[in-house]
Amino acid sequence: MQVTSRNFKEKASGALKDDDLRVALNRVKTGFTTARATAASNLPEFEDLRNKSRDIKDDVLENLDYYLEYFEEKVIAQGGHVHWCSNATEAKAAILKICREVDAKTVTKGKSMITEEIALNKFLAAEGIEPIETDLGEYIIQLADEPPSHIIGPAVHKTKEQVTELFYEHHQKYGYTEREEDAEKLVGEARAVLRHKYVTADVGITGANFLVAETGSTVIVTNEGNGDLTQSLPKTHIVVASLEKVIPTLEDVSTVMRVLARSATGQEMSVYTTFSTGPKRKSDIDGPENFHVVLLDGGRSEMLGTELEELLRCIRCGACMNHCPVYHAVGGHSYGWVYPGPIGAALNPQMVGLEEARHLPNASTFCGRCEEVCPVHIPIPKILRHWREKSFEQQIGPKPERWGIELWGFFAKRPTLYRLVTNIAAQALTKLAGRRGRLKSFPMLGGWTSVRDLPAPQGATFMEQWKKSKRGSRK
Amino acid sequence: MNAREKILGRIRTQKGRGPLGAEKADQLKAKIEGHARNLIPKRAQIPLSDQVDLFQEKMETLLATVERVDKTSDIPARIQEYLSRHNLPSRVKISPSPQLMDLGWDTIPTLEVVTGAGAEEDEVGISPAFAGIAETGTLMMASGPETPSTVNFLPENHIAILDVAQMKGSYEEAWDSLRAETVDTGMPRTVNLISGPSRTADIEQRLIMGAHGPKTLHVILVGDGT
Repeated sequence: MQVTSRNFKEKASGALKDDDLRVALNRVKTGFTTARATAASNLPEFEDLRNKSRDIKDDVLENLDYYLEYFEEKVIAQGGHVHWCSNATEAKAAILKICREVDAKTVTKGKSMITEEIALNKFLAAEGIEPIETDLGEYIIQLADEPPSHIIGPAVHKTKEQVTELFYEHHQKYGYTEREEDAEKLVGEARAVLRHKYVTADVGITGANFLVAETGSTVIVTNEGNGDLTQSLPKTHIVVASLEKVIPTLEDVSTVMRVLARSATGQEMSVYTTFSTGPKRKSDIDGPENFHVVLLDGGRSEMLGTELEELLRCIRCGACMNHCPVYHAVGGHSYGWVYPGPIGAALNPQMVGLEEARHLPNASTFCGRCEEVCPVHIPIPKILRHWREKSFEQQIGPKPERWGIELWGFFAKRPTLYRLVTNIAAQALTKLAGRRGRLKSFPMLGGWTSVRDLPAPQGATFMEQWKKSKRGSRK
Repeated sequence: MNAREKILGRIRTQKGRGPLGAEKADQLKAKIEGHARNLIPKRAQIPLSDQVDLFQEKMETLLATVERVDKTSDIPARIQEYLSRHNLPSRVKISPSPQLMDLGWDTIPTLEVVTGAGAEEDEVGISPAFAGIAETGTLMMASGPETPSTVNFLPENHIAILDVAQMKGSYEEAWDSLRAETVDTGMPRTVNLISGPSRTADIEQRLIMGAHGPKTLHVILVGDGT
């Protein structure tokens, strides 16, 4: 996927003025958060299950090489193939080779963030193979030629009217010549159009929520059933997954499953959780004849043993973005790469480079809600702080910003001087603001004062009040 | 060095070690093979009759329908009633499983019963469930020559037959039951955990049923588990 994280500020400003997006994001803010809270409170063991899920993922990361080799052995034993790929180029080449072996013309796809990561659709199309997204949200944004804006609701930014227009434009060739405005009928239209594609596709590509070492199974979780049709009807099933998806046993999957849907949509279980193990068996009358797992590293192995390792616990539920005030304001596209929201802000600097993604770790109020709701306790604020430090150390930000931080650092390390200067500054601001108590403009603070007044400090500084109350309490 | 070796090498370097020692590897192998259960919610640890009630309650919350019959021979007539109640055609695709084929369909001569895998034109598919999981109102379907998984997905309406003796409280119990059944063959090609009919909320987060999988799911619970 084309990286545009560099333009975060411009995109965020645009997003704030987009009325349709405001309506859509408000739905995320209320819908998902309430549903999660209800689901969590209906399961007394929820917190213990979160802790256990974190421990399971930590054990996986500690012994990743062992579990991957175990998984591979089991896949092969069931007649499947495993393709190890260090980067996007290798993964795309492996997928193309499999497609060529069966002379594939069309490929149906279940929802997969990894295939977004390696920009598979563009690549396949350029090779003359038509990729067809089947998850309704992914299908909508494929028609719109846009990247996903949310990891579990890729088209969460689209209004029904926009979907009406997209279907009207693209479905005429299938005989749908009227503008359909009813949401239910729009879903029916997509269902009818895609149904035939499933049956005629040569290859089905899905992602994986888990790779089970014990059995060599790959697991997908969906509500629509699109992934199931994608993986059972074509002759060849390709699973594209990243290394850290491996998990030891079916019992471990069961534990993590109990926190996954609850954290994501507030469902106790998604409608379909499907375990695929090898190709169809000798006497089976349906299922794919070929089963391939494309295992992508894509920069993940380098995160092990570093401050970023905990990010690899992520089970891609989307709870962090559902609860993020910054995501609620700017939406997913502003982040400029596959993973939006807090997890994207923490992960993307590693994946696309800190220089490209330098704005993302700053796009946080450090309110900590992401860490509070993360089912596997990823300390996202800590990792954002790590990137801010790195960005300063590597002199990546613009000079005035760095000088500002340096200047502040100078005073912060000298408490007496700091108090003196802040005291003088506070008094000066109060004086300047006069009786109104607010400033209409101030040098270098145009970003703030262009849309609202700057309130001047009122009364004593924090330290003064602190000293005073300490004296008071001693009496 | 190929990508596999490179990736495994990077993992080990980052972890500051070589391949795991024999002792640690044996320990992990034993852990996988032992597949010990983790925490199981209390709500799943209840007697069978309560499991059946919980299963039904959860399934209905998920917008599936559930009915109970005393014996397998009641099934064809009940299905006929279900079809006419919902204005569905009197043609059904059933899994090629003796459990379904020998139900005595000839008692309903107006019903066309077709055996095989799911196909594009099927409007009603009927398949046997391997197990029910009360905890969340979930069916476990295991694929095999007699139970092609496409019957669960292609038809617009899915009817699942579940013997109450196969009701479990938790996923973990269902896995153990599946392991016991598949000692020789290992995991079936496809295991579906199904909790309600297909749905999407991809258009303005409004819930709409029947996205790609079945629009309706009807579960027939058979017997009392004895």
